[in-house]
Amino acid sequence: MPRAPHPLPDRLRRRLVVGVPAFAAVAGRVRAAPRRTLVIAAFPAVDKIVQAAVPAWQALQPGVEIKVVSRRSSDHHVAMTTALSSASDLPDLFAVEADYIGRFALGRGLEDLRPAPYRIDTLREHFVPYALQQASNPRGEVVAVPSDIGPGTLLYRHDLLQRAGLAEADFTRTWEGYVEGGRRIKAATGAYLLAHARDMKDIAIRTGLAPGEGLYFGPGNTVAVGVGSPRFVRAFELAREVRRGQLDARVSPWTSDWSEGFRRGGIATQMLGAWLAGHLNNWLAPTTRGLWRAAQLPEGAYAAYGGTFFAMARASSAESKALGWQFARLLTTDRTLQLAAFRQHDAFPALVDTFSDPFFEQPIPFLGGQAARLVWREAAQRIAAPAIHKQDRFAEEVVNTELDKVLLQGKDIASALGDAERLLQYRAHR
Amino acid sequence: MRSLTDAADAAAEAAAAKAPVPRVPPPRRLHISARSVPYVLLLPFLALFVVFGVFPLVFSLYLAFQSWEPTSGLQAMQYVGWDNFAFALFDAWFWKAMLNTLWLALASGLPQHLVAIPLACFIHASFPRLRNVVLGVYFAPYITSTVALAIVFTLFYSTDYGLVNSLLGALREWPLVGALLPAQRIDWLGEPQYIKPAIAALVFWRFVGFNIVLYLAGLQAIPRDLYEAARIDGASALQRFRHVTLPGLKPMIVFGVTLSVIGGLQLFEEPFILTPDGRGGSDQAGMTAAVYLYRTAFDFNDFGAASAMSWLLFVAVALATWLTQRMFRSAR
Repeated sequence: MPRAPHPLPDRLRRRLVVGVPAFAAVAGRVRAAPRRTLVIAAFPAVDKIVQAAVPAWQALQPGVEIKVVSRRSSDHHVAMTTALSSASDLPDLFAVEADYIGRFALGRGLEDLRPAPYRIDTLREHFVPYALQQASNPRGEVVAVPSDIGPGTLLYRHDLLQRAGLAEADFTRTWEGYVEGGRRIKAATGAYLLAHARDMKDIAIRTGLAPGEGLYFGPGNTVAVGVGSPRFVRAFELAREVRRGQLDARVSPWTSDWSEGFRRGGIATQMLGAWLAGHLNNWLAPTTRGLWRAAQLPEGAYAAYGGTFFAMARASSAESKALGWQFARLLTTDRTLQLAAFRQHDAFPALVDTFSDPFFEQPIPFLGGQAARLVWREAAQRIAAPAIHKQDRFAEEVVNTELDKVLLQGKDIASALGDAERLLQYRAHR
Repeated sequence: MRSLTDAADAAAEAAAAKAPVPRVPPPRRLHISARSVPYVLLLPFLALFVVFGVFPLVFSLYLAFQSWEPTSGLQAMQYVGWDNFAFALFDAWFWKAMLNTLWLALASGLPQHLVAIPLACFIHASFPRLRNVVLGVYFAPYITSTVALAIVFTLFYSTDYGLVNSLLGALREWPLVGALLPAQRIDWLGEPQYIKPAIAALVFWRFVGFNIVLYLAGLQAIPRDLYEAARIDGASALQRFRHVTLPGLKPMIVFGVTLSVIGGLQLFEEPFILTPDGRGGSDQAGMTAAVYLYRTAFDFNDFGAASAMSWLLFVAVALATWLTQRMFRSAR
C-alpha cells in the first residue's frame, strides 16, 4: 500500500524530529541551571557570614548562585584596590574593613548608594548613625552599607582590680583616675595597666572630638596635629605618664607577647572593639574565662574600633549592581542574619533593629555573667565618626613615630608635635 | 566461498579504478621560513616577558609622571610632570628609608661573604662525602617559607618569652660577658635601635647558605695542581688560602657581592614580615626603600610618588652595582 505523502517536506520533518527534542532538552537544562553567579569578595570571618546568608538568598533568588572569594584582610584590600584601578575582575559585591573605608570612600571607584535604585537614605534610621558617617565622603556620597561595627570598650581584669582595691567607677571616671588605678594595680599585682602607651594616646585624641571634625586634619586641609591642639598635648602627656610609671607592657596588638600577656594575667586592661571579648574567649585567653569585665571607655569617650561594610564598584554593570545591592541589603538589613552573625562570629550588628533583641540582655559567661552587650549597645549609639582625610593613615603613623620618640628618647612633647605638624603640612596637599 | 568473495572485491576495485578520483586539496601547512623559526620559538617567552617584564616597567615610568588615586580607575590619572620626583627627593621619610636600606645592606651583606668564604673552604676540605648534606643544612633557610620564618623569628625576638632574650639572660650570669649586656630584656622589634640588627641577623641567616653554594661551586673550579704546587713550594694553609683560593674565587666573589648589593638595596620581605603590620617598626627603623614605596602605594594611596621612588631606587641600585664592579676591577 503506497504511503500517503506527509504534509511536511522530508527535510523539514527530519529537522523537526531531531531538533525539537534537542531544543527541549537544552531549554530544560538552561532552566534548571543557575542563570548567574554572584561573586562576593570578603575576608575572614566575613566570608563565613556571607556563606551563612546563602540559604536566605536562594529563597529570594533561586537562580543566582553565590561564590565567595576570600583572602586575608590586607590581601583582600590590595586586590580590591587593584580591581578598582583597572576595572577588571571586579566582584559584584565586596567587603571593606572600617580601617580602609575612608580611603575607598575618597576615591571615585565606588557606587554612590544615595540615588535610585539604592536610596540608602531611606535606610538611614536602621543603622547606627556613625557607621553611615564612616562610609560617607566629603562629596556627600554614601559608598557602602555597614554590616557590623566595633563599639569601643574597656575590657578589664576584674580579679586584678579587686586585688588592688579598685572599683570600676574610680577607674573609668577620668583618664587621670585610670592611670592612678594602673599604678595601684602594678603595685598590688605586678600586672601592667595596658599593652602599650600608644593605646592611651589613640583613645585620648578621640576624646572631645566634635561631630564632623577630623582626627588629624581640620577644614580646608589644615593640620590639626600640633602643640596648639589640647587634644594631642593631653594625649601625649597621658601616654608619657603611663610609660614613666612603667604601666604599659610595651607590646603591640596581635603579637605573641600581647596574647601571652592576656593569658598570663600580665595585662590588666585593653581598650579595643567589643569583638575583642569574643577573641579572648575563643583563642586569645580562653583560660581567663570569668575574670574579665567590660566598661565604657574612661571619661565618657566613645570610639569605634573596626567594623565591616559592603560596597560595589561604579564600573560594574547595572545588572551586577542590582543583584549586588539586593544581596547587600539582605546581609545588612535582615534582622535574623545580623543576629546570627553576632551570635556566631561576635560581629556586633550595625542594624539598630536588632538592638531590642533579648540576646543583648543575656549574660556573657566569659565576662563573669555580665550583660556587656548592653554597654556596647549604648556606646554604639553615641559614637561619632571623625571626618576622613586621604592622609589619615600617614598622619597616624607620623603621630605614632613622634610619640615613640617622646617615650623612648625623652623628646620634648612640644617639639615632637611640632615636627609631626611640619611633616603633615608637607603631605596635606598631596 | 572465499574465491567468490575475492572475485567480488576485485570487481569492486576495478569499478573504483574506473570511477573519476575526486581531487582532495592537500592539507594547508603553516609555512615558517627558516629565518623566522628562532623568533617563533622565542615567542612564548617574549610574550610573557612583554606582559610581565616590559609592560610593568613602562607603566611604572608613565605612572611616575602622574597623580593617581587608584580606586577611581585608570581614567583618574593626571599628568603632573616631575612633581612626584621632586616630592620624593624632598621627602624626609624617603631618605630615612634609603639610609635604613644602606645600613641593612652593609650589616647583613658583608658578614654573609666574610662567613661564607671560609665556611665554604672548610666544607670543601672537611666533608668530601657529606658535603651535600652539610650544604643542604646551610641552604635550608634560603628555601624556607617566608611565613614560617616570620612566625619563628617573631617568637625568637619576643621580649618576654623569646629565645634570644632567654639566651642573653643566661649570659648575663657570666662574670665578664654579663657586664657587656644590657640589664633589661631587649625589645628587639619595638625599639628603633634594635630593629635593624634584628632584621640584619635574619637576612644574614637566610642568605649565607646561598653564598656558600656559590663559593663551593667556585672552589671546585680551582685546579688542585695549584694547591699541590703551593704546598711543594712550602706555602702554609693561610698562604694557600690567600694566594690560591681567594684569587681563584674572585669571579665568584664579584658575582656574589653584586647579587648581595642588588638584593640588599631591594630588601623587602624580611623587614616586612618582622615589623608589626609590615610598617617598619618604631621610628620606621626597619623601613627599607622597597617597603616604603610599597606603603606609599598601597597604604598611603600615592601610586605616582611610589613609582617615582621606584625609579630613584633603580638609579641607586644601578649606581651601587657599577661601583661594586669598578671596585673589583681596580683591585685586580
